[in-house]
Amino acid sequence: MQPDPEMLVRGIRDRNQQAVARAISIIADRRPGWESLLDAVGKEPRTATFIGITGAPGSGKSTLADAITSFYRAGNRRVGIVAVDPSSPFSGGAILGDRLRMQDHAGDPDVFIRSMASRGRLGGLAPATAETAAILAMAGYDPVIIETVGVGQSEVDVMSVADVVLMVLVPGNGDSIQALKAGVMEIGDLFVLNQADRPGSDRLLAEVNAALRLSGDEDCLSRVFQTVATEGRGVPEVATGIDAFLGSLQSDAEKAASRRERQFLRLVNLAVHDMTDEAFEAYRKSGCAPTEGGTSWSEAVRVATGFLDWLRTRPN
Amino acid sequence: MKRRIRILIAKPGLDGHDRGAKFVARSLRDAGAEIIYTGIRQTPEAIAAAAVQEDVDFLGLSCLSGAHNRLFPEVVKLVRELGGQDIVVFGGGVIPKRDWPGLNEAGIRFIFGPGTPMSDVIAVIRENAPADAELAP
Repeated sequence: MQPDPEMLVRGIRDRNQQAVARAISIIADRRPGWESLLDAVGKEPRTATFIGITGAPGSGKSTLADAITSFYRAGNRRVGIVAVDPSSPFSGGAILGDRLRMQDHAGDPDVFIRSMASRGRLGGLAPATAETAAILAMAGYDPVIIETVGVGQSEVDVMSVADVVLMVLVPGNGDSIQALKAGVMEIGDLFVLNQADRPGSDRLLAEVNAALRLSGDEDCLSRVFQTVATEGRGVPEVATGIDAFLGSLQSDAEKAASRRERQFLRLVNLAVHDMTDEAFEAYRKSGCAPTEGGTSWSEAVRVATGFLDWLRTRPN
Repeated sequence: MKRRIRILIAKPGLDGHDRGAKFVARSLRDAGAEIIYTGIRQTPEAIAAAAVQEDVDFLGLSCLSGAHNRLFPEVVKLVRELGGQDIVVFGGGVIPKRDWPGLNEAGIRFIFGPGTPMSDVIAVIRENAPADAELAP
């Protein structure tokens, strides 16, 4: 049965969990009716804050998300969580295990957790992460926490979705030069030094502060926090830091404009992703692939040229 | 292109043994499904909420404590109450054959006992998946 987009939108506004869940699936899987639903979600002006959490595997992103959620729940706010884990490059399957660390809120109807598989995307998010967050915002969840896959050094997509990015670091992951590198280290608005009860934490604090000061941030102390997320230690300070960061940024009008722009950019991104998939399908059907299985660059160029010609002359 | 099948694997009740659940989760991942695993000692309420929020096609319950007759039907009831009408529920673990008919009647469509080859589980998933979903092609 094909659900009526208008009814789904009403269901989302009424905060019906099943409607919210199904709307997310429809957009994430491109099920029938996804385009009109996406338009309806896009029209909604967003007021909810999107908090991005990123960091290496095992640094405590999910546990931090859980602890931050507890903090906001104590203030009676409804919290949405979108948690991304990697898809297998071999089978396309995935184990989505972030929920495991969020058991304090399992069964709380004012916390909505959605796990997503990265489905071949390399930027640390799943293809429809932003849209999922937008649906949760529409259902009255504020803030929405967006947790990336465990990142390495270059998965930076979360910065185009979140209003504030928390970079989670733990002691023992390399020397001070790591904190200077480009990529992921640059996208953190706030730095959360988790597992602060472990040896080496104070040294990490000094190194991150030094790195931030080198990049000209004299006020870096307000952007760096030490936490023990498993115990909730340091989490209220992080939440205060989030508010201070968001407040310091821009006027509400500027914020809204920047959100709109990013949201549209995300849609363009999504369209590009679809077209890449489509191109891949077309290539497989085109008959341009080398019969022996290609290996060399010159062969790839020859095949690509043939494929482009095929695309140009192909009847629609 | 079909979408991937989504499955929640969950362990209700006071039962800390999840080697079997993890094995099933891992095997289904390798078969191409997207698996949500929520860990041990879950309440039926938490499992039902997770199944609905995650919009899964299948919900697999594992229990080795002997409390399946109480816990499994409770999960099914709560899932349906929350609006998860289409979710296919299956069960596994140490479940005596004499309990199977009652569980089937309570909405646990399939039960996999100890020693079930994984290929049997995968075949059941394949056969009962929604028309627009699949495992690895």
